Amino acid sequence: MIMEKERITDAELVSRYIKGDESALAVLIKKHKQKIYSFIYSKVFDRDVTEDVFQDTFIKVIRTLKLGKYNEEGKFLPWVMRIAHNLVIDHFRKNNRMPKFDNGHEFNIFSVISDSSLNAEKILIKNQVVDDVRRLIEELPEDQKQVLVMRMYNDMSFKEISENTGVSINTALGRMRYALINLRKVIEKHNIVLTN
Amino acid sequence: MAKLYIENSKNFGTLQPTEETVNFLLNYSRALSVIEYNKLKFEALLN
Repeated sequence: MIMEKERITDAELVSRYIKGDESALAVLIKKHKQKIYSFIYSKVFDRDVTEDVFQDTFIKVIRTLKLGKYNEEGKFLPWVMRIAHNLVIDHFRKNNRMPKFDNGHEFNIFSVISDSSLNAEKILIKNQVVDDVRRLIEELPEDQKQVLVMRMYNDMSFKEISENTGVSINTALGRMRYALINLRKVIEKHNIVLTN
Repeated sequence: MAKLYIENSKNFGTLQPTEETVNFLLNYSRALSVIEYNKLKFEALLN
């Protein structure tokens, strides 16, 4: 039955489906699923998103056909592809990250793709910087060090710092300010490079 | 040797939706019916 239906044109299958033959839809999906799915995947590069867009595409197809709004007889596949394409665009709009691929000669892949993960060298440098900063903080006067550690490492608010150290918020703010000024002075004086 | 940062599009040809998705669509289609009333069309999902 399905084998026979696969030889029938899309237009005929669409017509049968509109008239209530549900099995015609199964044939249409079976016939075109690979092409449509691959098309979506080639744009989004994500299996889960592809699955969602594929599903939404056919939900739109089903609703349009059942509501009798389909008027592109004989061009079923291009019509479905257009729906899929529009849904892919909607997906990127929603996520606000439309990848722009320009195949021109001046194209630089790094203008659109950056490797945010740290490689072994960057991890070493980062750990070094973290150690350097900790050692610099150790050199600060005790009251300034206390406020800076509470604020930056313990993530405490100035109100909490004030309560814990028994000084006013303004004093805590002032100590933080001097702690940063002193750190900068030491860094500049010794030409310490703290970048990753 | 230049590195390739794009996947071979030929590989996409073997990709297919899961059986679950296809079955969902077929069931959705069976459940969806359109009711016409005074030139208006209403969709109804009957499970």
